[in-house]
Parts: sequence; structure tokens; C-alpha cells
Amino acid sequence: MTEKQPVISIRNVTKRFGNMVAVDNVSIDILEGEFFVLLGPSGCGKTTLLRMIAGFEMPSEGQILIGGQDMAGVSPNQRPVNMVFQSYAVFPHMSVADNVAYGLKISGVAKPEIRTRVDEALELVSLGGLGQRMPDQLSGGQRQRVALARGLVMRPKVLLLDEPLSALDAKLRAQMQFELAELQDNVGITFVTVTHDQDEALSMACRIAVMNKGDVAQLAGPSDLYEHPANRFVADFIGSVNIFEGKLTVDEPEQAVVDCPELGRVFLNHGVTGAHETTVWVAIRPEKITMLPAGQAKAKDSPDGHNIAHGQIKGLSYLGDVTVYEVRLESGRSIRVSRPNLSRWDQEDFSWDDKVSLQWHPTSPIVLLS
Amino acid sequence: MSLFKRTQIAPLEYTRRLWMRAWIAATLFFLYAPLLVLIAFSFNDSKRNIVWRGFTFKYYGKVLENDGLMAALGNSLTIAALATAFSIVLGTLAAVMLWRFRFPFKAGVEGTMALPIVVPEICMGVAMLVFFAKLDWPTDLPWPLNLSAITIAHITFCFPFVAMVVRARLAGFNKEQEEAAKDLGATEWQAFRDVLLPHMKPGIIAGALLAFTLSLDDFVITFFTSGPNTITFPVKVYSMVRFSVTPEVNAASAILIFLTILLTTVALKLQDFTKATA
Ligand SMILES: Nc1ncnc2c1ncn2[C@@H]1O[C@H](COP(=O)(O)OP(=O)(O)O)[C@@H](O)[C@H]1O
Ligand SMILES: [Mg+2]
Repeated sequence: MTEKQPVISIRNVTKRFGNMVAVDNVSIDILEGEFFVLLGPSGCGKTTLLRMIAGFEMPSEGQILIGGQDMAGVSPNQRPVNMVFQSYAVFPHMSVADNVAYGLKISGVAKPEIRTRVDEALELVSLGGLGQRMPDQLSGGQRQRVALARGLVMRPKVLLLDEPLSALDAKLRAQMQFELAELQDNVGITFVTVTHDQDEALSMACRIAVMNKGDVAQLAGPSDLYEHPANRFVADFIGSVNIFEGKLTVDEPEQAVVDCPELGRVFLNHGVTGAHETTVWVAIRPEKITMLPAGQAKAKDSPDGHNIAHGQIKGLSYLGDVTVYEVRLESGRSIRVSRPNLSRWDQEDFSWDDKVSLQWHPTSPIVLLS
Repeated sequence: MSLFKRTQIAPLEYTRRLWMRAWIAATLFFLYAPLLVLIAFSFNDSKRNIVWRGFTFKYYGKVLENDGLMAALGNSLTIAALATAFSIVLGTLAAVMLWRFRFPFKAGVEGTMALPIVVPEICMGVAMLVFFAKLDWPTDLPWPLNLSAITIAHITFCFPFVAMVVRARLAGFNKEQEEAAKDLGATEWQAFRDVLLPHMKPGIIAGALLAFTLSLDDFVITFFTSGPNTITFPVKVYSMVRFSVTPEVNAASAILIFLTILLTTVALKLQDFTKATA
């Protein structure tokens, strides 16, 4: 297989609305055939970036290339991309089939071909047989499929989706996440999806660009984002995490120690490459901490007194697959620990106010420099 | 306290307040009694319109044979049709302009446009009279060009109504629909035709209905802009009333009422139809 080509190149793009910078010097290459997700909290500029790709907003600075072609001055109806809008924007006065056929009609495709392609597209999104329905006779999920089919039928280079699942209920959303990913795999069209929902992003994406205040905080695959976040924003935004501030006291190629006043001494079996005594942050995921009754913990693979902490359970929430404990450390800070519920019978007997010891492996803590 | 305590009477629960029922009855009476009397007496077999002398269709026949009245009706319908057509186009364009664009003095433009709605009709009438006189507007043109002055006057007070109704309708438009059309390859014009226009349609129909009825029964402004050869139906009825209120006048008025009701019903049916298919 040859090297994948970027189908969209976003180069140093900035967008200002008056004095407000909505997108701040963003550069992203989106590759042919991938499922790309723009993830970030509401208001961070995801929609604006997507609308610039579609041609509804012009970059204040920078360049957007689609298929190697500079899109400056190319109007939305000339661009080889199609968009699924957040409101779906299904035409209410047209039947489902007419909605899907609209783009083909406009571009002068012959009638028989339109019919077969519309049927195909409706079949693809499991709306076969509903072509004659009017949009107000459809459920929200079905309307979204119409919007999806309307874009897919055009066979665009890239399909842009703005929060495609946000209007659906939780169950349907989970199902659609799966279906969207499968659909993308089947049609081989590059998808660029915007979402503020991290689960959605992690479950569907090949690669994710996490955005923060108009900036790309990190661009990586789902597991890299989770296991190797580049900064506190990403660590905190993706999944659940405990973050402690500390000072780097030992930093050698094979080991490092961060001294965290609120957690204790954290030992790592790899170097960090930061200056001695610099302030860093240690992030530990709740599921990577082992909880034992007080006094039973002895950190393996770590020097004595490292990677171990003591506290008391102050909160507990049973979530079915896991139970999340809130442990008050001796320093007064709380730390979150989760444990899988492996057995239906032997419920671990940790409860409120139990004294516990916590330990973790030297590979578990993530050291963040910003 | 009684076991079957009655619930409190809601503010506008008219069925449980005597004075409110009386009020409503009085309102309906003063609103519709004159109309019912007018229609009833159009079937009265008597020259003098005071006592009931038996049922007849005679005066409807007379109305249909009255060439002057029929010509006036023809004029009125022509003017109303023309004024409506122009008002639809102008009003819709104005509504779209005000909805879509921001431009200097927008509020001023909006206010000026609504002026014909609020200016007293008599002032409009006099203004039109003076205006057309100053312009030396030709009055001896062949039909229907001789109706141009009245038609223009009617357009000026009809199109703001269309603009208002359509504007209100546009406020509920999801702009993403228009963007979706463009995204699918539509030009600005195609997106307007295929997405925006269908959305505005119910508003345009309602506005057209307003414009047509306003134009059809306008008296004051028409009176000032009509000449001897351009009598409209209301003006003609007025001149007939000046001699005496005969059952013929009643019949003519009743015809106008029926016509208006018919057109309104048709238009509302049309609107229902577009809604059902929307
Ligand atoms: N047309 C616009 N005019 C002015 N400000 C805008 C416009 N569109 C978006 N913004 C602002 O830009 C920022 C980013 O918006 P958006 O891209 O919609 O965020 P997101 O989709 O990530 O929630 C927001 O603060 C928003 O208020
Ligand atoms: Mg958004």
C-alpha cells in the first residue's frame, strides 16, 4: 500500500470574528479514507473549522487545500466535500427520496441514474422503502440518516459531520457511533466529524484532534490520546484522571522521580527530560491504581516509599461494570480509584470510611510539562 | 367546606362567568347582525328597504344587468389582481432583504416601509391625488391602462402587509437548510428557489390574501385616485347609496362578501395543502 495522501490540508488557518479569535493558527493534515474527529469543548472553534472546509466561512489567514487544490475563492457548491449539518437541515417540503436526490438533480445527473443512486444511498443508511415519507413523518434518528444519505449520494471526497449524534438519545447514539464507523469503512469516504463527546470520538475515530480555545491541543489516535496525553488539558478532557502538581527531583535516562506534596514520591522507570526542580504534573488514571486494605500495599518495581499512598474512602459510586472510589489522602486531597466488578458474588468489601493503601506501577503515571 | 369544592375560575373561562358570556354575545351581535341583515334584505321583495315583503332573487338579477356596477366590479377585480401580484413580488423581496442583510439605516428603511400601514388613509388618498396630478398622469388611456394610477396607489399600501407576514415567516427559517442546498451544489438562485421560497410560501399566500381583500374593498384611497371611467366596486356602491339604499345595493354588497369569503376559503385551503405536503 502506498503512503496515504492528505485529502485535506489545513495550513496555518486563523479565523477571527471581529476581535474574537475562533480558530488560532491551526495546521492539520487529514488523510485519505480516515475517520477524523475534531474533539473539544463547546465554543472551541470546531464548527468554525468545519465550515471553513465546507466553504461557508473564509479563513482570515492561512490556506485550506482539498485534494491538493487551494480552496481560496471556491464557493461551497463547487467544493468536493459535503456536509451533514448539526440540525440535519433536511428540506421539510421534500420527500426523503427528493431530499437525497436534490444534489444529483442540481448537478444534472440523468433520471434513471438518480433513482438507482438514491435507492442505494437509502439502503446504505437503512432507510430502504421510506423514500416517499415526508421528513415530519420521521424520527430524529431517521432524519439524521436522510442527511447522511443526502451527502453520501454525492460521493464526495470528504463528508463533514457537525455533531452528528448530539440530538439522539443515549442508546441510539451508541448504536449510531458503531454504524457510522462501519459505514465509513464500507464507503471508504473520508469522514471529518465534530463532537464534544469524548466517548464518541474515541469509539469512532482513526485520529482525533483535540481542540482548546481555537488551538489544536493534541492530534493523535484514540489510545495515544488516552495513554499519552500531551498536556493537562487533553489528560483531563479525555477520560477521568487524577492530576497532581510536583517537582522533578530525579531525571535520568532510565528513571525519574517527581515529588508531589499532595501525593508523595512518584517513581517512573523512564526519563522525563525536564530541568531539575521544574514544576511538572503527574496524571494517573483511576483504573491504573490498585487499592488494598491499609498496610497491605507494597509497591512492586518501585523503591521503598515511592508510588504508594494512604487514605480513607470518602465516596463510592457503583457504575455496574466498575465501582469508583473517592479516597481522601493524608494530604487532604481526594483521588479517584476505579475497580472492575469482576465477580457477581464476591463484591469487594471496601466501604465508606475504610482505611486503604494505594499503589501503582512505575509505568502508570504520566508526566505532563504543561 | 363543601366536599365538592369547585375549582377556581380561570381568568378567561368565559363559560363560567355570566358577564363574560353577555359580553361575547354582544360582541358577536354587533359584529354580525348588520351583515346578516344586509344579506337577508338583499332577498327582500321591496323597493324600500325597511319592511320584509317576501323572498326574491330579483335584485341579484338586477345587479348582474347593471352594466355600470359590473364594469366597476371588473375594475375592482383587475386592480386587486394586479396589486396583489405586484405586492407579492415587492413584499417578498423586501422581506428577504430585511431578513438577510444588514445595511445602513436598516431600521429607517423598515419604518418607512411600514408607513403606508400607519398613515391615515385619507392622507394617503390626498397625497396620491396630488402626486398623480403633479405628474400629469394620463387619465384617458384605454382599459386596463387607465387603472394604473389606482393600481399603483393600491400597491403602495398592500405590499407592506405582504412584507410583514413573509418577514415573520422567515424568522423561523433554519439557515442551515439554505447552506445545505448550496453544499449540495445549488447556486444562490437555486437555493432561493428550492429552499427559501417553499418555506415562505404559506406567508406569501397569507400576504396575498390580505393584499387582495385590502385592495378589493378599499374606498378612501381609491376615491381620490379614480376618474369617471375608473369607478371601482366600492366607489360605485357608495354612489348608489347616495340616492337610496335599495335591495340592489344590498345584493351588490352581499356579492362582495360572498366573493371575499370564497377567495379566503380557497386561499386557506391552498395553504393547508402546502402545509400537508411540507
Ligand atoms: N458567525 C459568527 N460570528 C461571530 N462569532 C462567531 C460566529 N460563529 C462562531 N462564532 C464564535 O466562535 C467561537 C467558536 O464557535 P464554534 O466554532 O461554533 O464552536 P464549537 O463548534 O466548537 O462549539 C464561539 O465563541 C462563537 O461564539
Ligand atoms: Mg459547534
